[in-house]
Amino acid sequence: MELLDHLMLGLSVAVTPENLLYAFLGCLLGTLIGVLPGIGPVPTIAMLLPITYVLPPTAGLIMLAGIYYGAQYGGSTTAILVALPGETSAVVTVLDGHQMARNGRAGAALAIAALGSFFAGCIATVLLSAFAPPLAEVAFKFGPAEYFSLMVLGLVGAVVLASGSLSKAIAMILLGLLLGMVGTDVNSGVARYDFGIPELQDGIDFAIVAMGVFGFAEIMTNLEQRENRVEITDKVGTLYPNKQEFKQAWPAVVRGTALGSALGILPGGGAVLSSFASYTLEKKLSSTPERFGKGHPAGVAGPESANNAAAQTSFIPLLTLGIPGNAVMALMIGAMTIHNIQPGPQVMSSHPELFWGLIVSMWIGNLMLLVLNLPLIGLWIKLLKVPYRILFPAILVFCTIGVYSLNYNNFDILITALFGLIGYVWSKLKCEGAPLLLGLVLGPMMEENFRRALLLARGDYSTFVMRPLSASLLVAAVFLVVIVASPSIRKKREETFVEEG
Amino acid sequence: MSVRSKQDFWSGVMFLVVGLFFSWGATEYSMGTAARMGPGYFPFWLGLLLALLGAGIALGALAPSAEETEVDKFDWRIVGLVIGSVVLYGILMQPLGVYISTFLLVVLSSLAGHDFNWKVAAANGIFLVVFSYLAFVKGLGLIFPLWPSLFVN
Repeated sequence: MELLDHLMLGLSVAVTPENLLYAFLGCLLGTLIGVLPGIGPVPTIAMLLPITYVLPPTAGLIMLAGIYYGAQYGGSTTAILVALPGETSAVVTVLDGHQMARNGRAGAALAIAALGSFFAGCIATVLLSAFAPPLAEVAFKFGPAEYFSLMVLGLVGAVVLASGSLSKAIAMILLGLLLGMVGTDVNSGVARYDFGIPELQDGIDFAIVAMGVFGFAEIMTNLEQRENRVEITDKVGTLYPNKQEFKQAWPAVVRGTALGSALGILPGGGAVLSSFASYTLEKKLSSTPERFGKGHPAGVAGPESANNAAAQTSFIPLLTLGIPGNAVMALMIGAMTIHNIQPGPQVMSSHPELFWGLIVSMWIGNLMLLVLNLPLIGLWIKLLKVPYRILFPAILVFCTIGVYSLNYNNFDILITALFGLIGYVWSKLKCEGAPLLLGLVLGPMMEENFRRALLLARGDYSTFVMRPLSASLLVAAVFLVVIVASPSIRKKREETFVEEG
Repeated sequence: MSVRSKQDFWSGVMFLVVGLFFSWGATEYSMGTAARMGPGYFPFWLGLLLALLGAGIALGALAPSAEETEVDKFDWRIVGLVIGSVVLYGILMQPLGVYISTFLLVVLSSLAGHDFNWKVAAANGIFLVVFSYLAFVKGLGLIFPLWPSLFVN
């Protein structure tokens, strides 16, 4: 069977000592930043991007992927023990997870979260290897018009499913696209918006924007909130869920995995949305909805499985179409281009060892995370006691050194500081940074496909709607906007986010 | 008529200004035609689109049905200390080298935290300098100016 051959190839790549080491490092780092509130996978991966340059491409991507799904595991630990989401995707885990901890079932909650995540990770890995090849086949039929329409759909999807104001999110995407215009135009060689500064002629690196807007700005908003003494549940208790908890948890795990896998593939889906959706679903299906929020095991099991499944299936659009579905995937594109790998359907045939190695390493990484999280829980509890005043200067140091090593240029540090300031203003205006980052990454790609499509059609705009594939993608995008903008759904969407958030 | 949603109003104004700025900038580059686009074409229309959307958001914030929001106060002390110490780092790194400037970055930015303590900040600074040396200079072999250029020459 072809799939088995592929997985064997992947296994042979993933179990080399070097790749195992980097998978482990990634998972460890991911858990670390997942446990720590106030630093997420986006700035961490942005920080480490330049460093992966010295690694072989496969090892680098394995490590960065490990950080992303590792953070999903780590985030739940903080959510359960401290009632603070270590990661945004763990926001709903706080509701029931921390209640279980208060009922003396912290160990069981941690175990349910970890085992659920592991199960979800395994299934998502299989899905990834089964669905990626056929999707890549479809992608080969894409011309520039289809790619443009697909990116429109992807960007629209990213904002529709996110929380907050729809029109502001769309504006942030446009702003990101425009920032992507800065630099030398590939077709004409004209340097655009460079203000005569030579450093700007290469464009603005999205790692810089990510670190400024997500790293620095977040530090400042965190510092504004008084450092509240957190009360940590030291008594973890037994790690084994009892029979009743197990019985309540496992159907939620299965449903959460299915839901998370489906939402992860959608552009803009990903971990945060799927955990919210799963929690809502479990509450709806439960015969005892009133027990939710008071320590129901399903309220931990569902969302935790869902966010991990989604974290992994969100690699599908990246690896098959070369289109990032969320901000982390946008950074992964950067990691691939650093190594001269053009993301897209050809990756599977031109770099099969990278493609399958990455997929198999995700499964191995999930296994490692199980070990990292359950027996080592004591270590993470200690880490949670590190005060923020010691932590944030460290984040600043890593960010600045990471930025500097991108091009070995001090100018980049100053630009990052500028984006930190801008990001701070945006956070005050409640403008989200994630859509901007997606736009920034897709900007040059979108312009190029737009220009090429119109060149092929001799300037006839109808090419986007006359080609059936392109038209259906655009229709889907319009459909999404209409649904979300319709008053009844909008109200419901806001309610969901207010109620759970 | 009053501004009900201050957050949305100022966001809209920002989008409007930035969009117009990009469009205006694009007029300096050749526009070309739809079939043969010049470098100005795409950013010009994109900027205009952003400006329109921004205007819409700002006007929407004036509507009586708009949700009332305020823009939270800016904490300039924190912003100044965090951004300032990073800018200082960017300026000082070439002449002073990575060790001294990292130490300065840590100590200065620590001032932004609550319950600041000189000893803790200094200890943290020393720890991070040693860590940077081990991880970045030794471990990853990144190339920095290490010490003040005065000493080296």
